[in-house]
Amino acid sequence: MKLKKKSMEDIVLDLIIYTLLLAMAFVCLYPMWYILMASFTNSSELALNPGFLLWPKKFVGNAYKLVFENPLFLNSFWNSIKIELLSLPINIVLTLLCGYFLACSGMMWKKPLAFMVLFTMFFTGGMIPNYLNVKDLRLYNTIWALVLPGAMTVYNAIICKTSIEAIPDSLKDAAYIDGANDFHIIFKVILPLIKPTLAVLLLYYGVAHWNAWFNASIYITDNAKIPVQNVLRSVLLANKDMAGSGDEYNAYAETIKYAAIVVSTFPILCIYPFLQKYFAKGALIGAVKG
Amino acid sequence: MKKSFAARVKRDFQRHKFKYLIFIPVLVYLILFCYKPMYGVIIAFQKFRPSLGIDGSPWVGLEQFARAFDDPYFWRALRNTFTISLLSLVFSFPVPVLLALLLNEVKVSWFKRTIQTLTYMPHFIATVVVCGMITVYCQTNGLFSQILVFFGGEPTNLLTHSKYFYPIYILSTIWQNVGWDSIIFLAALAGIDQEQYEAARIDGASRMQQMRYITFPGLVPTISMLLVLKLGKVLNVGYEKILLLYQPLTYDVADVISTYVYRKGLIDADYSFSTAVNLFNSAVNIVFLLVSNRISKKLGQSGLF
Repeated sequence: MKLKKKSMEDIVLDLIIYTLLLAMAFVCLYPMWYILMASFTNSSELALNPGFLLWPKKFVGNAYKLVFENPLFLNSFWNSIKIELLSLPINIVLTLLCGYFLACSGMMWKKPLAFMVLFTMFFTGGMIPNYLNVKDLRLYNTIWALVLPGAMTVYNAIICKTSIEAIPDSLKDAAYIDGANDFHIIFKVILPLIKPTLAVLLLYYGVAHWNAWFNASIYITDNAKIPVQNVLRSVLLANKDMAGSGDEYNAYAETIKYAAIVVSTFPILCIYPFLQKYFAKGALIGAVKG
Repeated sequence: MKKSFAARVKRDFQRHKFKYLIFIPVLVYLILFCYKPMYGVIIAFQKFRPSLGIDGSPWVGLEQFARAFDDPYFWRALRNTFTISLLSLVFSFPVPVLLALLLNEVKVSWFKRTIQTLTYMPHFIATVVVCGMITVYCQTNGLFSQILVFFGGEPTNLLTHSKYFYPIYILSTIWQNVGWDSIIFLAALAGIDQEQYEAARIDGASRMQQMRYITFPGLVPTISMLLVLKLGKVLNVGYEKILLLYQPLTYDVADVISTYVYRKGLIDADYSFSTAVNLFNSAVNIVFLLVSNRISKKLGQSGLF
């Protein structure tokens, strides 16, 4: 049923709602827009008004060339990709296995083992014991120090468990009768059915690794092994230069920072909108358990 | 007929051997990276020296805790942690609720989706980048500083002043999380029975009245549950953003327990002391969590456990 005419009150209300939403969206977008525009501006124009820039007077792409020629940045970018490639398979396999175990019932040791998993959400060793543990396991100053601790997030395992539980038992039972064991069931029956959940979990893990900097700052001492966020940190926050030289470099010393942000941030910003409709499920579970 | 315990264990393993096999990698991970560090917490009761190791370091009882309680900087960090938590609760919490309420009124689906995409974006931007932006905006001729100058302030680097630290921290946190945190409220709103609106419209309720008497009450259970959960985490203020934003000039308001633990432990290498402070923090956290869980159950919510 559609009303023929909107009342005056409705129109005013709509106007307020749409204006507020557009304002919120603008505030969320503007800083990223600024970075994008700043990455195409030359340093002298940028230095005049840091923060205000809707459209540069002249678009210049030199900063991107410099970023892609910068060995420090490229090397750290590659390190971050390596971390993702090593971490994500481990993350997904552990999460899937843990989620499956938590979703199963009837085992005698289910309760104590599930408690063991959940307890780690509420109590952890903390910064120093973790640090000493990494040193003790001889992971210090290796890429594995950034891969193995946090190889599984219990919160994500619970998301996985919930979506496994949503699969009708009859499917699993039918597979059992056909002689399948639990490995077959996970990879042949469950995996294809929870693909959207796994995609979201991949995104969560991937973003977390890509944006992480703290562990690398305490576990990695070798500059050749640091991930991209730590380079950004030293450039953006400690005001260190991106080890470059020459006239072109000096003219874009400021711009190059923004180009580096764009190159390291935009890949992620291109992925999440496609998975957006699946976020709600995780949020509900997170509220109860997290 | 009851079988012996050993027989039951054996039967259980035979029947579920694959399920236990599947759990082994998870178990290995948990033991190596969660439970082993938990064992390491005992250095809080020692005078730990790396050369002696956890097993060889001398025991000192509660001496490290006593040192912490005598340290005015510990109390300062505790106070700042509470302050930041409570400020976040008061100022950050309502904004996503408002966003969800507004989005719920939008019937044009592409507009709604676009606004969602844009407001989710900050959540995916790295903390380092967010803090780098804040630093640029707060420098003397930066955007935020210029806005303050416009309202009659002195041109200055805002990050060097304690009085600006909380506004900067809280506002940027709102910016990062407003869209993401609204997801749960939107999910709750999607669960409201549409017939209620139908009935209200037939009774002649205006949209404001529908929002006031149907939509908002539909959010109250979610809001109260999340508030209680937040109370349970009141001493959990993350260190990442603060480490990137604070400086010695603003330690008096910005230094929280987790950053204090970081400086004491990893910069000063006072391992036992730092672990003791962290353990105290965890203990208080668990008490808060249990209390908030109890309240949550009293309110008729499911609770955590």
